[in-house]
Amino acid sequence: MKVWGLHLAVLALLAVGAVILPDYHQGVVARAMVLAVFAMGYNIAFGYTGLLSLGHAMFFAAGMYGMGMAVQHGGASGALGLLAGLIAAAGLAAIVGALALRAAGVAFMIVTLMFAQAIHLSIFLFGDWTRSDEGFVLQGAARQPFGIDLTQAEPRYWAAFALFALVFLATLLLARSGFGRTLVAIRENEARAGMLGYDTFRLKWTALLISGVISGAAGACYGLFFGYVGAGFASVQYSILPLLWVLLGGAGTVIGPIIGTLFMTYLIDIASGITTAYMLIAGAALLLLALFAPQGLAGEIRRRFAGWLP
Amino acid sequence: MEFGPHLLLAIIEGSVGAAVLALTAVGLALVFGIMRVVNVAHGEFFMAGAVLAWVVATATPGPPWVGFVAALIIAPVAVGLLAVIADLTILKRLDYDPERTIVATIGLLYIIQQTALLTYGPDARPVEPPFNDRLALPWVEWVEGGLQLYWPWGLSVTTYKLFVIAAAAVVLLIVWGIMSKTRAGLIMRATQLDRDMATAFGIRVERVYAGVFGLGAGLAAMGAVLIVPIAQAHYLMGGDPLLLSFIVVIIGGLGSLGGTVAAALLIGLGDGIVSVFFSPTLAKILATLLVALVLVFRPQGLFGTHKR
Amino acid sequence: MSLLKTEGLTRHFSGLTAVDDVSLAIEPGEVRALIGPNGAGKTTLVSLLCGRIEPSEGRIWFRDEEITNWPAHRRIKAGMAYTFQITSIFARLSALENVSIAGRAVGRGAEARQILERVGLGAEADRLAGEMAYGHQRLLEIAMGLVQGPELLILDEPTQGLSDTEIEGFEALVRELTPATTVLLIEHNMNVVMAVADSVTVLDQGRVLAEGTPETIRADRSVQAAYLGSG
Repeated sequence: MKVWGLHLAVLALLAVGAVILPDYHQGVVARAMVLAVFAMGYNIAFGYTGLLSLGHAMFFAAGMYGMGMAVQHGGASGALGLLAGLIAAAGLAAIVGALALRAAGVAFMIVTLMFAQAIHLSIFLFGDWTRSDEGFVLQGAARQPFGIDLTQAEPRYWAAFALFALVFLATLLLARSGFGRTLVAIRENEARAGMLGYDTFRLKWTALLISGVISGAAGACYGLFFGYVGAGFASVQYSILPLLWVLLGGAGTVIGPIIGTLFMTYLIDIASGITTAYMLIAGAALLLLALFAPQGLAGEIRRRFAGWLP
Repeated sequence: MEFGPHLLLAIIEGSVGAAVLALTAVGLALVFGIMRVVNVAHGEFFMAGAVLAWVVATATPGPPWVGFVAALIIAPVAVGLLAVIADLTILKRLDYDPERTIVATIGLLYIIQQTALLTYGPDARPVEPPFNDRLALPWVEWVEGGLQLYWPWGLSVTTYKLFVIAAAAVVLLIVWGIMSKTRAGLIMRATQLDRDMATAFGIRVERVYAGVFGLGAGLAAMGAVLIVPIAQAHYLMGGDPLLLSFIVVIIGGLGSLGGTVAAALLIGLGDGIVSVFFSPTLAKILATLLVALVLVFRPQGLFGTHKR
Repeated sequence: MSLLKTEGLTRHFSGLTAVDDVSLAIEPGEVRALIGPNGAGKTTLVSLLCGRIEPSEGRIWFRDEEITNWPAHRRIKAGMAYTFQITSIFARLSALENVSIAGRAVGRGAEARQILERVGLGAEADRLAGEMAYGHQRLLEIAMGLVQGPELLILDEPTQGLSDTEIEGFEALVRELTPATTVLLIEHNMNVVMAVADSVTVLDQGRVLAEGTPETIRADRSVQAAYLGSG
């Protein structure tokens, strides 16, 4: 059906990019695909369940540092490092979710922001191991998991694509599943959902857990693929960016995140070549979106003519 | 320095920070309390106040106090006006919807911050304080025959720092006076309690909101002008005040200006003391976790009068 | 064995006692109407029964199991269904999706379309719930309750805003449902009460004022006084 056709076409387009894109753009798109996975993770919490978290950088960072610490200090292989990152992110999401979800609305936003700040600051507190702001570069050996040499551009692109495709299709299945529709119901009218027999706290917690794990996977892979772990990725900027990407592309749609991430990544890429104040673009984009197009690109398309878009 | 004098020094330094924090936090509390919106760009209003203070002070000829007084008047007013414009063009359009306002103010944050980077640049620049004499402070020690004062080396405070504390206290008293004794304050409090009823009574709620938003920003800017001769003006200086003001407002609770000031003293002094004796990073971590836990388990804050 | 039983159910709200020592029993298969002047505590009582709010004192049993401390979603899964007084649906989703979400909560999502037809909304299955006429939205609410196949269906002012024809349809529906389903409804429309209720509980100022058949209640002087003389 047209849903599968559209989404497989998107994947095909990205796959083709490996062949036809020049080196520089291959790098940008590879980065964007991993960041889009982060956006898709955020989308599950924000877009589908209606949880506006302002602290998702903590999950991204948990994945990145879980992997980074395991590899750098524990001597783990790349694959084991990824696993460590996933476990770290899952643990953090489970704990934060259990606490933060007891607060609603604006309070939830602030609680997530606060937890993320605490995590960010902790990286500095343990600076002896984490190298704080400076961060550290991963050694070559760990960057060849399963025989794939991530230090080379082309295998790296395929690795990013594989990660993206996996999460992309998983999100599609989730969006169309009963669980996914239930999350939407909670977003639309939580009180009603509760009175229909749904344990909304447990469902929201599960959604946040899935969201955190995916975000952590993105963080762990970002660190492993591009070889660098740094505190900047735990800063509030990396909590704002996925919000921006998802809003721009279309919150609560499956293709929204990749659209938003690609667009903004290129926009910021171009802007940072001109000035150091490139986040001005991000700010202006957020403001305009909030004012005029809260549905985002895919969201507007869905609203106007493509109601079948998941 | 021994523990006693060291603690006294930490308290004094903390008080200066707490005074400025109180001003900034009261600004945020007014907006949060009366308009029920979260202004994430509040820290950038603070920064804008500091940057404008530098611009005005540098452009004003004559002795430092002239430039300082000019900055003290011009910066808060200018930032207040900027805030009023932001309210009328952005927040009003969004009908003060909580989620959309947060997203929009995040955008505003980056716009103000990056504009400062583009125009003012990445450097930190100082402003000369209007006066800055050093006062040595005494401490007590036991000698034969009783207590005796002595002046430990390093235990001192500047007249300017004392001025900051006094100025902040005066401004806060004025704000409290306006809120509780004047008609304008009555209108603001009525709007806070029940927006629809206020409209029914003929109160132009939109005007009140614009005014409150401007006042909140102006207070933050004023706090920044006061601190700029001590700390320098830098385009990234809005982050800390934002975080700390949030902490204060949430812990202090809504509906209580006194609670906000008390919390500002608590947080400001606590932050100052822990920073001096332990690491400032640890202090901030504890503060942020405290806020999160208060919000989760006691959302009305420590002193709040009504549940959000 | 009563289907639903309460003992000394009480709820305070900082100084106001909204529900005061209510003990009642609802028998399986009956249609019970809950009436009383505005502010009598009817919606509060019903919210206590379905778990939307917690009691200050008292106990509740459902089918001989004590459910006093059960969260709302657990009671719904156990066989209760509740419709809101102020229509609460998923406005941005289609009518069909509204009902299937309701059904899926208890494993009956497949019956959604059938139930929509039954309440007369079959033609509106793909219409966005928020765009439906008010009366149809009320029916949608009822459909969302019905699809769950509950043992106890609690309706909060179900006929409010319905046209006369729609009310007749509703009365017929209630007659069809019982005795397989037990119905508790809050109603202001005395004609509906007379038409469908087997028994009536009258609430006034949080307390049970009277209980009996619709005819006895209608003739009861204290009930008349409560409606006319409250102030």
